[in-house]
Amino acid sequence: MIIETDTSTTYTDPGVDGMVSDWSADRQAFDLPWGKLMMWIFLLSDTFIFSVFLTGYMNVRMSQTAVWPNPSEVFALEVFGTHMPLILIAIMTFVLITSSGTMAMAVNYAYNGDRRKTAILMGATALLGASFVGMQAFEWTKLIEEGVRPWGNPMGAAQFGSAFFMITGFHGLHVTAGVIYLSIVARKVARGDYEEKGYAIVEITGLYWHFVDLVWVFIFAFFYLW
Amino acid sequence: MQNVAIADQIDELHDPQTFITKYIWSQDHKVIAIQYGLTAVFVGLIALALSGLMRLQLGFPDTFDFINPSDYLQFVTMHGMIMVIYLLTALLLGGFGNYLIPLMIGARDMVFPFLNMLSYWFYLVSVIVLLASFFVPGGPTGAGWTLYPPQAILPGTPGYDWGIILMLVSLAIFIVAFTMGGLNYVTTVLQARTHGMTLMRMPLTIWGIFTATVLGLLAFPALLVSAIMMMLDKTLGTSFFMPALVSLGENLDYSGGSPILFQHLFWFFGHPEVYIVALPAFGMVSDVLATHARKNIFGYRMMVWAIVIIGGLSFFVWAHHMYVSGMDPAFGFFFATTTLIIAVPTAIKVYNWVLTLWKGNIQLTVPMLFAIGFIFTFTHGGLTGLFLGNVTIDLPLSDTYFVVAHFHMVMGVSPIMVLFAAIYHWYPLLTGKMFDERLGKIHFWFTFLGTYAIYLPMHYLGFLGVPRRYFAMGSMDFIPESAQTLNQSITISALIVGFSQLIFLYNVFVSLRNGKPAGHNPWGATSLEWQTPDVPPHHGNWGPKLPQVYRWAYDYGVPGAKEDFIPQNRPVTDSEQTAGERDA
Repeated sequence: MIIETDTSTTYTDPGVDGMVSDWSADRQAFDLPWGKLMMWIFLLSDTFIFSVFLTGYMNVRMSQTAVWPNPSEVFALEVFGTHMPLILIAIMTFVLITSSGTMAMAVNYAYNGDRRKTAILMGATALLGASFVGMQAFEWTKLIEEGVRPWGNPMGAAQFGSAFFMITGFHGLHVTAGVIYLSIVARKVARGDYEEKGYAIVEITGLYWHFVDLVWVFIFAFFYLW
Repeated sequence: MQNVAIADQIDELHDPQTFITKYIWSQDHKVIAIQYGLTAVFVGLIALALSGLMRLQLGFPDTFDFINPSDYLQFVTMHGMIMVIYLLTALLLGGFGNYLIPLMIGARDMVFPFLNMLSYWFYLVSVIVLLASFFVPGGPTGAGWTLYPPQAILPGTPGYDWGIILMLVSLAIFIVAFTMGGLNYVTTVLQARTHGMTLMRMPLTIWGIFTATVLGLLAFPALLVSAIMMMLDKTLGTSFFMPALVSLGENLDYSGGSPILFQHLFWFFGHPEVYIVALPAFGMVSDVLATHARKNIFGYRMMVWAIVIIGGLSFFVWAHHMYVSGMDPAFGFFFATTTLIIAVPTAIKVYNWVLTLWKGNIQLTVPMLFAIGFIFTFTHGGLTGLFLGNVTIDLPLSDTYFVVAHFHMVMGVSPIMVLFAAIYHWYPLLTGKMFDERLGKIHFWFTFLGTYAIYLPMHYLGFLGVPRRYFAMGSMDFIPESAQTLNQSITISALIVGFSQLIFLYNVFVSLRNGKPAGHNPWGATSLEWQTPDVPPHHGNWGPKLPQVYRWAYDYGVPGAKEDFIPQNRPVTDSEQTAGERDA
């Protein structure tokens, strides 16, 4: 405790040494804006929420004695007379992953100082997100018309509908919140509100968006493909 | 891009102008802390009153007409839930976390004061929703604080219609509030420390609060999700936790759910929750002991690692609450092993506290009495934990008063002893006044001895097999009549302890006006919160310039130093430098 820390050094060593010196530094443990770290920590907590949702769903599915409906048939559509399993889900997944691409481009333009392109790309991301929610609303409507309810469905185990509405609903809320968040930040970017503070906020918004996207990939794998 | 440490950004602080921005919609961490603290103590007193009513029924059955069996179950439930979540979690993290983090690490405020303010208001809403359940038809839920389905949402359990819904909503709001606060605590500790404040120079209080908050951010999701699922089971008729059931002669519409799933989810939250409450207490008691023993904490690094390891292990022991749920013996073996492993870092901490006292210049001040009392109660509670952690011993003791005695000693009384120690210790900083030492000591002896008068006999009742949660024993052959005499004695002690808390409240409120001015640093403490230019600290904490930290928080009784303590912000002298080099 005698050795005084040199406060003027910025630690840029790579690898384990760099990590050790970051963590043993004063003032901050990570060379990041605090907002970005806070978002990471929030996402870690949110990861636990979705993990628990998925674990709970897998548990009820595996301990089920009633027949579990086959998702590829339940989510199939007749398009121009062709029977296509999971087609809508595939399109939704494609749209959401595309939106992650536009988001990444927005982050790039933000750090290059191109406000107009940043705002446009964030707007595009929000639109893609909104269309995802729209398609989800279509999917819900279709299932409800077919008689699927949270408490039961004609195809088999009641928990199919329960888990479906709960998990996609919770994810859909995240997407909706993300669309609102993106729109607000996009508008502020366009207005030039961040000229002084810097554009880390765009990347922070992007982190949230990529997370929502990643969670969807897991829901897709565990709910629709299993 | 170079990131300016947030602690330096004085322009981020909005100076409060009006009464409302200063005391109501305040973004100042100190005001938010006091708001959290007062709200938590308020609900805590309600929970204390509920425990008094429970004890009246148990000690003197058939005497009080106004307590019927369903009231009793509601008292049990609300007492447990309020004490664990709305008092201990909120007071330790929302109260002390908020107050101490920025001051102890040398920051001007939390990194995101607005979110911090929202955190308190969400907490207040959750408390209001919780208390509202006393006034709905059927009253609050009586399902026990664990809220196990299927009984929690079925007729026959008090408050199965409205009470349980309000309870689940209130918990969800609480979790949102905790997340908003918790993100602030963690980020502030990681990113907003002052010059020279490395992680390994932080006082143990901060380590405890920091680790507990991380635990909370990872454990509360399980409670949130199980609350959502139970809410759907209750309101929409889904069957996540509900098997096919016959209730009151009727087949219910539920089928195929798993009540055990709820137990797993609940305890995946519930066990870390024990440490969410215990770790801040561990941290604060370490600082109180070191300050009042005028000696550095023994084994600082070990103490830090013990906190971190306990925090990590706490996620792997949850099923020891479920030994009687019919689990696979191999699982029981696994969880018994992890549970006993957790005793190792915990024992390290207890040894280190005792070794801190050894040959210290012990000042028997009120905070110190409570801190030493904590070592006793925690050791006793911890030792009975070893019994309950073993499957074979747990099975016969499960759901008896032995369990009640165990968890009250270890996570009820012990954190509360630390809370009293902490309140007395930091009272001069919060208010600028000294409390009445004599009243404080009276309060300590009532509380400490009373605790033993209440909980020691309960262990014995547990060995007799007296079941917990029962409204009345009735006539059971295996329970001797003398058990009832014990119950009476416990009740009388409990009421005395309960009423003796009025001494504490009187002391705290009257000393606000009549206490002697405390001046700067009355305890001669080294950590930063006592080195502020003003006592109590003003908005922004540090005046124009942030403190510079040169040393750890435990330089007490350094040989050759003028005083018996050296604050963290005092530069290292040449003579210390050479002494340090010689020692190294």
